Amino acid sequence: MTATARPSGSASSRTGVPRTPDASLERAELGSARRRPAGHRFRTRVLTPYAMLAPAILLFLAFMAAPIVYTVVLSFQRVQVQGLGLGSGARKTVFAGFSNYVAALDAEFLASVGRVLLYGLILVPTMLGLALLFALLLDSKRSRATRFSRLVIFLPYAVPGVIASLLWGFLYLPAVSPFYFVTDALGLDAPTILSSDLIVFGLANIGLWGGVGFNMVVIYTSLKAVPSDIYEAARLDGCSEIQIALRIKVPIVFPALVMTGLFSLIATLQVFAEPTTLRPLTNALSTTWSPLMKVYRDAFTRDDLGAAAATSVIIAIVTLTMSFVFLRIVQKRAFGQED
Amino acid sequence: MTTTASTRTRVTAPRRSSAGSSATTLRPSPIATGILIIGALYCLIPVVWVVAASTKSAGELFSSFTLLPSTHLFDNLAQLSAYRDGIFWRWMLNSAIYAGVGAIASTWVSALAGYVLAKFTFPGKAAVFSILLTGVLVPGVILAIPQYLLLAQLGLTNSYLAVLLPQIISPYAIYLARIYAAAAVPTDVVEAARTEGAKEFTIFNRIALPMMLPGLVTILLFQFVAVWNNFMLPYIMLGNDTLFPVTVGLSGLLNQGASAPSMYTLVIAGALVSVLPLVLLFLLLQRFWRVDLAAGAVKA
Repeated sequence: MTATARPSGSASSRTGVPRTPDASLERAELGSARRRPAGHRFRTRVLTPYAMLAPAILLFLAFMAAPIVYTVVLSFQRVQVQGLGLGSGARKTVFAGFSNYVAALDAEFLASVGRVLLYGLILVPTMLGLALLFALLLDSKRSRATRFSRLVIFLPYAVPGVIASLLWGFLYLPAVSPFYFVTDALGLDAPTILSSDLIVFGLANIGLWGGVGFNMVVIYTSLKAVPSDIYEAARLDGCSEIQIALRIKVPIVFPALVMTGLFSLIATLQVFAEPTTLRPLTNALSTTWSPLMKVYRDAFTRDDLGAAAATSVIIAIVTLTMSFVFLRIVQKRAFGQED
Repeated sequence: MTTTASTRTRVTAPRRSSAGSSATTLRPSPIATGILIIGALYCLIPVVWVVAASTKSAGELFSSFTLLPSTHLFDNLAQLSAYRDGIFWRWMLNSAIYAGVGAIASTWVSALAGYVLAKFTFPGKAAVFSILLTGVLVPGVILAIPQYLLLAQLGLTNSYLAVLLPQIISPYAIYLARIYAAAAVPTDVVEAARTEGAKEFTIFNRIALPMMLPGLVTILLFQFVAVWNNFMLPYIMLGNDTLFPVTVGLSGLLNQGASAPSMYTLVIAGALVSVLPLVLLFLLLQRFWRVDLAAGAVKA
């Protein structure tokens, strides 16, 4: 599920844009003015950037813009069956207004949103908290075995979510799990993770396992960018390592934390692969456990594209709103000093 | 918290003033190291388990302590290879094709677009860039179903292209490529080549691309992992299991295991084998896994 870390330095990219390219245009214009027949050459110069952008733009239109538009269109349509529903003219697509949206906001959907919010509430703070802790410890001069730890904690990033779910799924399965073997041997009554009460923790653990290392490295990297003189000065002033960590390092990595937090949040709302993989091992996961699983069921099992599209639009809007609100809340603190 | 007091007294104690020495005078902390080791062990649990479990026969899997290795690793691998005429290896090959071709195409398209956005001025540039950038925020998996419906109208679903094409466009990779291009390709060099009369595509392929290469390797690796790990898109697009990537294939195998637990040994051996290529790629190309680059932290 890992949230790919994104622009921790979005502001700096702005300054990185070179101001020079105007020169090429000027030269092209001058050239065309000097030699009359060079008009053709001028035209190619002007068209070149568009030609070079064409692959990206075409792919963007075909696989991002068109699907988005199509989803919105579908969400306002429904299929009307006439008569017995036989024959070519019997199924007609009609404008549905907001009826798909009204239908989409049913108890099942709200329950799935509730489950996923709980999942995110467990996963994101735990994952970021541990990622920050590990990053600070890696950066601390008092830690040992840092190379080994960094490598091993990052390693699950290379394991697909499906495979991670599969491995943890077996570790949750009492018949094959070493944990249950140990608790049985000790005569303890271990909680069943693959039960409807605890499965959300099981899923959060899979997300944590896959994501903590990546986020740790993102935070660790932004720590490394800080010149160490600051810490030296703080130490000479009598700061303890813990004070340095809390008063200097945490504020410095705050922008990185915000970005990793935001993208983890978005990723949790879209959870699909992990619960889908775990389903064969437990009865605790319904086909509508997460909102995207419900979209999948509506589209492919029920053949109700209008409902699937409306649900998709709702998920997208909620995701975007949450991102904006989240950024608004933390923006001042995180990026205030950059402007 | 008890360490706070002791550290403070030590730091304020008279010390050599040379800047580098203070680091070495800090005593190693068993607590700090211990927490890191616990974190590392947590990350190793499933790995250790799958290595041990893949050496067991179906009977042993359910009867013996699972972290105790047995001797049936090669039996299990042979069984896995024999399953439906070696369809597992077909899945592995498919994953390699999807991830390899997809990552290369995606990196090239992103590099080209990023370079143009960084080094050219043209009407509509700001608009193109901001539209592409909003794509970063669009939840990718939500697009999978409409992508399926659109491709179905072209009759392209259930094919390699159905999984490859939608994953080539990556707004985030374009965003990164733009930052790399701005930082790594000096405008003077591009200008000089232009004055020499070089064609723009030649300048990109011969001059800019090599200069951007270190950053592009990072994009390539992250795109490779993203495609290799993708589940929902191929799960939706493909019906024919000879086209499955290994993630979808193993997930289906586990599904069958629910009714026939003997399949579990196949799934476990398959999980082990499927993880190896990426772990190897990861360990061998360690210096290219530049998360800092992927996070956009390039000093422009």
